[in-house]
Amino acid sequence: MSAILDAIRAKFPAHVMAVHDRLGQETVTVGADGLRPLVEWLRTPEGGSYEFLVDLAGVDGMNLGWKTHRFEVVYHFRNMENGRRLRVRAALPAVDPHLPTVSDLWRCANWFEREVWDMFGVRFDGHPNLKRILTHHRFVGHALRKDYFVKDQQWLDDGAESLMDELGDYGENPDDGGFSELVPVNIGPAHPATHGTLRILAKLDGETIVKAVQEIGYLHRAFEKHSEVGTWTQVIPYTDRLNYCSAMLNNVAYCAGVERLLGIDVPERCQAIRVIVGEMSRIIDHLVCIGAALVDLGALTNFWYAFAIREKAYVALEGLCGARLTSSYVRIGGVSDDLNPAFIEQVRDFCRELPKAVDDILGLVKKNRIFLDRVVGVGIMPRDEALSWGFTGPCLRASGIGYDIRKAEPYSGYDRYDFSVPTRTEGDTAARFFVRFDEMIESMRIIEQALDKLPSGPVFSTDRRVVPPAKTDVYKNIEALMNHFVLVYDGIKVPKGESYMATEGANGELGFYLVSDGSGRPYRVRVRPPCFPIFGALPRLVEGSMVADAVAVLGSLNIIAGELDR
Amino acid sequence: MGVNSYFANRQGFFATKLSTLVNGVTNWGRENSLWPYPFGTACCGIEFMGVVSNVHDISRFGAELVRFSPKQADLLVVAGTITHKMAPVLQRVYDQMLEPKWVIAFGVCAASGGFYDNYSVVQGIDRVIPVDVYLPGCPPRPEAFFEALTMLQKKIRDEKLDAHEFARVPQMAHER
Repeated sequence: MSAILDAIRAKFPAHVMAVHDRLGQETVTVGADGLRPLVEWLRTPEGGSYEFLVDLAGVDGMNLGWKTHRFEVVYHFRNMENGRRLRVRAALPAVDPHLPTVSDLWRCANWFEREVWDMFGVRFDGHPNLKRILTHHRFVGHALRKDYFVKDQQWLDDGAESLMDELGDYGENPDDGGFSELVPVNIGPAHPATHGTLRILAKLDGETIVKAVQEIGYLHRAFEKHSEVGTWTQVIPYTDRLNYCSAMLNNVAYCAGVERLLGIDVPERCQAIRVIVGEMSRIIDHLVCIGAALVDLGALTNFWYAFAIREKAYVALEGLCGARLTSSYVRIGGVSDDLNPAFIEQVRDFCRELPKAVDDILGLVKKNRIFLDRVVGVGIMPRDEALSWGFTGPCLRASGIGYDIRKAEPYSGYDRYDFSVPTRTEGDTAARFFVRFDEMIESMRIIEQALDKLPSGPVFSTDRRVVPPAKTDVYKNIEALMNHFVLVYDGIKVPKGESYMATEGANGELGFYLVSDGSGRPYRVRVRPPCFPIFGALPRLVEGSMVADAVAVLGSLNIIAGELDR
Repeated sequence: MGVNSYFANRQGFFATKLSTLVNGVTNWGRENSLWPYPFGTACCGIEFMGVVSNVHDISRFGAELVRFSPKQADLLVVAGTITHKMAPVLQRVYDQMLEPKWVIAFGVCAASGGFYDNYSVVQGIDRVIPVDVYLPGCPPRPEAFFEALTMLQKKIRDEKLDAHEFARVPQMAHER
């Protein structure tokens, strides 16, 4: 047992119910009373300096056979100095489950706790604004509880929620004796700058945003609930549609998470292929982000440049997996098909043309006074606040913290490639854009290295628990036939347990927290969506600036609704 | 549609001929200058960007003037999943569009709910608003959208002008 778990047990003997470090993931289960003192102590240096709250999610243990409690709220922490992670599970009873809030310690906990309330009905005492977040405000019940039927639809009759209770008073401005007037203005969800599904209610003084309130959930497609219906393999197509600009990265994240829970390794060639397709997805994601955001700023030409090169990447990916956007290419234990020679040639072409395309786009904006005036110094996220807001990925690196999971906790063999992590210190909208430009070039370098030293060999693991036997065997002998039948019919049997797998998505840390009950179906699939905490910080970024700045900030954050609302 | 009502009540050779001519010319104008409102909510919205962008180029079909105000558009392209939370917004956008107006359900989520058969997703936007062309695919290729667009153009070509005299008032499915 590791030192930190022993220390926790010694420090909180009355509260700790269980500890384990299976799969190398240190986990402690505490009673609801012990949570608050424990997490406060964990933030201190003697408690291990777990100052980053990565994720906060609920689990309904109704069918898991827990004797003492029904619900658990699971906290994932990370020490940003040495990279150690810790999972804290707070046990809650079936009747009136409630916990003290941690939203005063970590700002990102505010939204995570609202989601747990919405989905599981766990109250958080002391939470400033405990309202539903993903489902609509007339929704009855809690959808991720095991006794909520997945197809139980609830229509919304009376339109969107007013949000006026969150916005506060408007009208004559008390600060200047009623000289100016505060006006509420609704932006979205059907607004081009909010890309379809985000809603912001802003209180304006002239053109300055005094207060902003966001509402999400307009694209809540019940990914987590729906994952519990099918087999482990059947979740893969749904992961495509989380961040639909970089579907491959979601595929890789989910499959790597299941593989960690299964304890299997994939062959080196498969890892290299995953790196190639993943980095191509990352480039596409950044191209879409930059192209669309610049359109919002009025720079249409960049959009044509970005989408011309993006189309080349899609042609290559389509030749590989048959789909442009929603690939479903990665499988648990491998990838669906080996690379074909045409794909390699197309990717090499793509890598040759990408620097030119990036230069073209950069050439239009780098010294462009109109562009720079709108983004430099706008929407600053200070370095010391970024982690508390739960920032990861390009947005965090723009604030000066070079945290990249590909470097910090390498997976899929990322430690074999030579690349750097672009970092900027300004933390403003411009920095978020330019970090993405630099990252595209780094991703291109990774792809080129991976192609140069592409290992030969199989693209699938040989583990018979996961991989169906060859078709020739299926037709010839009964064992292979039964193996195939059971794998398809019952699904992959994942051993009982839990696992968290963090990968570097296009927007930041994309984590999958998976709970298995040993049957062929996932018991709980929890995504740690990078966009979710980032969008939660929007008021911090836009309050005090102009409405037009909010459009620029929103574009630079690259909020993808499929991942935000799931 | 005053001109049209005028001809609709007239009998006789010239009135009929003229009515047909006006009908044909108007429809020709309408079908070749559709102004789409992309109600893009999800993955299909990203693919609709591909439709508009340079490689596929929607302007070949005269529909490149993408408007984000329902009052300026006559073709509602619902590209993406519509949830119960979003359904009233969609209905309101549709109601704000002026006649004549048409709707393309872009992708299976808009057409039928797709593989999101769960508590949150509306099982097809035709439970909220009327639909002219259903376009399957998850998401559909840009070429598929052009086929849907030409099908809609053909539909407009064959339309009688009276068709849009009476605004189609939609109802939520559960209210019927």
